[in-house]
Amino acid sequence: MENIADEVLKGNRLALAKAITAIENERENATDIMKQLYPHTGNAYVLGITGPPGAGKSTLTDKLAKEFRSRGKTVGIIAIDPTSPFSGGAILGDRIRMNDLAMDEGVFIRSMGTRGSLGGLSHKTADAVKVMDAFGVDVIFVETVGVGQSEVDIVKAADTTMVVLIPGMGDDIQAIKAGILEIGDIFTINKADHDGADKLQTELNMMLDLDGVMKDWRPPILKAVANQNIGITEVVDTFHKHRTHIEENGQLTVRRTERAKNEMLDLLDAKIGQYVRHKLVDSGKIDGYVEEIKSRKTDPYTVVNGVMESMLK
Amino acid sequence: MSNEKIKAELEKYEAAVAKAIEKTPERKHLPEQRLYTPLDVAGADEYNEKIGFPGQYPFTRGVQPTMYRGRFWTMRMYAGFSTAKASNERYRYLIANGGTGLSCAFDLPTQIGYDSDDPISEGEVGKVGVAIDSLADMEVLFDQIDLGKVSTSMTINAPASVLLCMYIAVAEEQGVPADQLRGTIQNDILKEYAARGTYIFPPKPSMRIITNIFEYCSKNVPKWNTISISGYHIREAGSTASQEIAFTIADGIAYVDAAIKAGMNVDDFAGRLSFFWNAHNNVLEEVAKFRASRRVWAKVMKERFGAQKPKSMMLRVHTQTAGSMLTAQQPNNNIVRVALQTAAAVMGGTQSLHTNSKDEALALPTTESVTIALRTQQIVANESGLADVIDPLAGSYYVEAMTDRIEKEAWDYIKKIDELGGAVAAIEKGYIQKEIQDSAYKWQMDVENKRRIIVGVNEYTQEEEPPKGLLKVDASVGVEQCKKLADLKAGKPINKMTKGRDNEAVKAALAELKEACKKDESENLMPHILKAVKTYATLGEICNVMREVFGLYEAHVSL
Amino acid sequence: MDKIRVLVAKPGLDGHDRGAKVVARALRDAGFEVIYTGLRQTPEQIAQAAADEDVNVVAMSILSGAHPHLFPKVVNLVREKGMKDTLIIGGGVIPDGDIPALKEAGIAEVFTPGTPTGDIVKFINENVKK
Repeated sequence: MENIADEVLKGNRLALAKAITAIENERENATDIMKQLYPHTGNAYVLGITGPPGAGKSTLTDKLAKEFRSRGKTVGIIAIDPTSPFSGGAILGDRIRMNDLAMDEGVFIRSMGTRGSLGGLSHKTADAVKVMDAFGVDVIFVETVGVGQSEVDIVKAADTTMVVLIPGMGDDIQAIKAGILEIGDIFTINKADHDGADKLQTELNMMLDLDGVMKDWRPPILKAVANQNIGITEVVDTFHKHRTHIEENGQLTVRRTERAKNEMLDLLDAKIGQYVRHKLVDSGKIDGYVEEIKSRKTDPYTVVNGVMESMLK
Repeated sequence: MSNEKIKAELEKYEAAVAKAIEKTPERKHLPEQRLYTPLDVAGADEYNEKIGFPGQYPFTRGVQPTMYRGRFWTMRMYAGFSTAKASNERYRYLIANGGTGLSCAFDLPTQIGYDSDDPISEGEVGKVGVAIDSLADMEVLFDQIDLGKVSTSMTINAPASVLLCMYIAVAEEQGVPADQLRGTIQNDILKEYAARGTYIFPPKPSMRIITNIFEYCSKNVPKWNTISISGYHIREAGSTASQEIAFTIADGIAYVDAAIKAGMNVDDFAGRLSFFWNAHNNVLEEVAKFRASRRVWAKVMKERFGAQKPKSMMLRVHTQTAGSMLTAQQPNNNIVRVALQTAAAVMGGTQSLHTNSKDEALALPTTESVTIALRTQQIVANESGLADVIDPLAGSYYVEAMTDRIEKEAWDYIKKIDELGGAVAAIEKGYIQKEIQDSAYKWQMDVENKRRIIVGVNEYTQEEEPPKGLLKVDASVGVEQCKKLADLKAGKPINKMTKGRDNEAVKAALAELKEACKKDESENLMPHILKAVKTYATLGEICNVMREVFGLYEAHVSL
Repeated sequence: MDKIRVLVAKPGLDGHDRGAKVVARALRDAGFEVIYTGLRQTPEQIAQAAADEDVNVVAMSILSGAHPHLFPKVVNLVREKGMKDTLIIGGGVIPDGDIPALKEAGIAEVFTPGTPTGDIVKFINENVKK
């Protein structure tokens, strides 16, 4: 393909796929592609979907995407699964629940593995979102297992984040509550036909009450049974409500400004890190430093300060 | 002899072993225990309660008092391919050669409730079994076969209700009343979700259809086995022996629960429940598995469900030799494998048996290879002596100890599945699938690392010519079937029909069925399906109506 | 080096997925990213997934005998999507006699029962175009 970015902007679906591959593999042309596409981003609405394994996120995303389609919106989905730390491989199985959706021309689904570099992943995900955005997709879902900080970072790419929970998780909810309370703009209890849905709703409500911080958006707690298509329109309506809300009170601009700043800083961190690393390793200086640190002639803090001064003056 | 004396001798023996091992180490990857002694099994004082007598609770030794001393098991060869006409010829050949029961294999579109002309059926028509689109095909399938005399097993699950109705309708045409019909429908949807993949509807409506069938048959087709709760496919998907019986009995518990919830009395239907086991390669483990499974089911029915009739507590079982253990390499070796598997099933006390043919890792079997497979059963029955004494391996320290071990492992799984909310919930959570996959992966890695030797595959390999004379289903079968179907749907006469089907009558019957589907489970679907079938509504038309109301099952996959 | 992405697919109505799942896991353990589609995929669905996921390899499994019809159809559709370099391989109960025609149709290799998963990994590593 001659110019991937041009093709993406022309609406070439395969170019969209190829652009994401370039980003994922940090190919040399990735930066150029992003440079060309960046002016064309900022139009899509980005939804983060997160929650524990087994919460039915993919099924829910599938149904939500269909609902958006029936409302005339095109949809992009980025589904993230963990990469095995041992083999570096991954099984990306979220598509299974979206097979008929995938045949809709107005839908583009892409599976991504976390590939070990978690900091890098949030950055790659953000770029993949931008490629879909530039391609012209109206709504983009970023779906990921929400158990740790890294996933929290990933959903920071979203304008609205929904946390999906299911009844009967026992103490798990206690363990993850700190993280989820912060990031959830909307909570959805999936599989709400199972025992314990009401109890979970009460617990969540109590936790949100205890949260204490005065907010002008109290995250709603919705119920759904995704595989029976129950509660789907309500969730989509709530997405719209949240969007209108943050548009009106200026939060959307604040969030996007914050995101732009963070993305730039992340990129800068990464570039500087790479630069310094290259210099140290290529020049062979690193070995001398390590030797001195190991024998306690100096310490890593002093060395790093010295390196910084000499390189970044 | 007292246990102390045996223990003392055992210690002496172990000392001798230690020396012997120094000189000649044992082979790797053997079971932990080298030798079994009276110390590993129940004493005579526990015999009645734990092992008992044939035909008596807990049925460890078999479900009939005389077993094969009366008559041999039913030699039931699973067959079906291409068109109804071709399959009918194979059935009549098998009966003429001493086969004592029919077993129908249907093609995948039939198993998943699609007509041959559905775009999704492309390439699949007539491939793994016979294509049945309507009653017209079923009439041809059983042409010149007296349904009042033969017993017929049908491997059909999600659309089992429809195929059973077609069978009842053909019998009626032959003048055979439904209460004279003998046979089995597999009708086991839970293992389709867990292992075999030919599901249509979600669990709730599927369980309703199944209980509807139980109820209808208890009144109208009382000699019919309404379900064959199948471990076979769970094992084929890679489970262990213990998992095979544990997951299957857990499924069985779910069916009994559902029927009781639907208002049925356990003793009214439990006697018509049957099971389906795999006969795998490890002969003694398989024998122990059969024995353990009977003991577990008897206890489940008596203690958990309070069944009163002994018949309700009997685990009656059909068996098939393990298809997945056949090798594409050196296919003649498969004859030997099947013979050993047959021995296991017979010593395990099966009620009927299908033996696989040597070429099934390559294609559907030819008539010649099917004949060898049938002869294998006849040799084991008549020449080997294995069928002369009831439960011949009882009392083997090893087999008794292994029976206990498998029983315990099965109970542990059943307990775990109960904790997850029963078999349906465990499947919806992906638990059972994951356990099976883990075992399958372990098996594969054991073969690749040569911890497990498969002759001709990872050891004793040789260069060989590609096999010749394999059976091939011609692509023209699909074309022919679609042509017939087009005629049928256009109201033209086909087969024996003197005039074409009445499309208005079809429409009315389908509309009636749809309304019945919308009602709750107290509305039995069977009479409505039977009515639709008799109008020559197609399988696809009937299943589409049900799909519209019931929706589709969405598989849980976790790797 | 780019990570190799493989689409493991079950075309047709065949529900036997033991082999496909074992292979999917083995490929994962070999360090590949495996996109598993689940059962009952039409050739169109497989081709669309292959293109959108921009996979290097499409690995299909069929045990029902529908391979002469479905395998070539997938190859054609994948190529039509512009995926010229994608390696397309197949496995399952496939008689030797059928293999030449499948290769002619663009199936790079056919793996029959008894194939060690290591052979499939090796074949992919040696033949994938990056």
